[in-house]
Amino acid sequence: MIEILEPGPLATVQDLGRPGFAALGVPRSGAFDRAALRLANRLVGNSDDAAAIEVTLGGLEIRLTAAATIALTGAPCPGAPDWGRAVSIPAGASVRLAMPPSGLRSYLAVRGGVGAAPVLGSRSTDTLSGLGPDPLRRGDVLAIGRGAGEVSGAGALGSPAGDAILPIRFGPREDWFTAAARASLVGAAWIVRPESDRVGIRLDGPRLARAQDGELPSEPVLPGAVQVPSDGRPILFGPDAPVTGGYPVIAVVTGLDRAAQLRPGDPVRFSSGRG
Amino acid sequence: MRLLPYGDEALLAEPEDPATVLALVAALRDEPGVREVVPAARTLLVRAAAGDLARVGARLRELATTAGAGACPPDGPQVTLDVHYDGLDLDETAAQVGLEPDGLVRAHTAGSYVVAFCGFTPGFAYLTGLDAALHVPRLAQPRTRVPAGSVGIAGEFTGVYPRSSPGGWRLLGRTDADLWDLARTPPALLAPGTRVRFRSA
Repeated sequence: MIEILEPGPLATVQDLGRPGFAALGVPRSGAFDRAALRLANRLVGNSDDAAAIEVTLGGLEIRLTAAATIALTGAPCPGAPDWGRAVSIPAGASVRLAMPPSGLRSYLAVRGGVGAAPVLGSRSTDTLSGLGPDPLRRGDVLAIGRGAGEVSGAGALGSPAGDAILPIRFGPREDWFTAAARASLVGAAWIVRPESDRVGIRLDGPRLARAQDGELPSEPVLPGAVQVPSDGRPILFGPDAPVTGGYPVIAVVTGLDRAAQLRPGDPVRFSSGRG
Repeated sequence: MRLLPYGDEALLAEPEDPATVLALVAALRDEPGVREVVPAARTLLVRAAAGDLARVGARLRELATTAGAGACPPDGPQVTLDVHYDGLDLDETAAQVGLEPDGLVRAHTAGSYVVAFCGFTPGFAYLTGLDAALHVPRLAQPRTRVPAGSVGIAGEFTGVYPRSSPGGWRLLGRTDADLWDLARTPPALLAPGTRVRFRSA
């Protein structure tokens, strides 16, 4: 069992989410940094879709009631065991993650996987819909699943260091914006606003002006969509994004893992690959 | 039909006739390579592997020419919801559309509705088929809490709040029906394509 001594600002159970239910109004959810989750699972011999703990800005402290093998990936936190490899923890020992100097989300996988009750095939906490387990609280106890493959050696860590440049593809509603707005999207250095969360990363920068007025009837939305509300400040949707939205999506980010590590105040750029 | 890019692994289709959205969704569901199809008010989103997108797009264009002809919604299950028409906005909304409250209830129960799409919260269905005389804008100030089972109207849609949440629809009444039940398959009582009638309880 895993006892939660301190959850930190936000710790949730996450696997690869529950894709396939958007037509019923269910967000995909799942780990924000999916590469980091996969790596943590592989390190301890779990399947890619096993559930782990997603830790936001460190602060997590756990105690293991029995000896266990864990792996930590994502934003490295001081004070924790080795990052990026399987580590054996003796029974009764605790693990504490301090605040990471950079990056935002860390993943703690345990050999066997975190055993919460699945909802629509996933153990992920959906912070928008309230599906899946509640965010972790002090005193919570998580079961550990059984059955895992071979523990693997150290993995290549995707480091959140360096400037964040997120690849985008313009559309579906780029024509709702002026040419200047489209140029600003890829030309500007955007700053992550504090109101960002698993639903969306809210950005500050030049206001993106519309080329046409009016309202868009509700359209399907996916994680990665860059939606621009009427105030002209873009929101990059995360895993817990709603399944429909009424504001135009100017572009879609084609990989969210790096975005998962953006914290308030961080700069971020978009790159379209267009000349 | 317009096909719009949506990242590397999806595309957004905008058929000329929005009434064909559900027929296209149904036709695409078993198409090889299609991972998910999500309808909305005028568009549908299709998820597929990057390598399958071009073929799926071509298939969509093909289907649009045939599905466009009939434009009738596919035969979904039929659900009748018993409603207590005692909603907070019943009197005011009736006055707004020039009816007595009883007349508004008659107009609402006379309609045959179809779930066009879900959104907002799990199991929240947007039902089309609302009498055009009943199209009224949502509340200027949304309520912070609307009780589960509340039946409302907003714009061209009517719908039921599956659980307590904030909301800006005009509330006509409430139903005891269980709109969202994880023990059921699918958990949503009102999934896209489901045909719905309201009955005064």
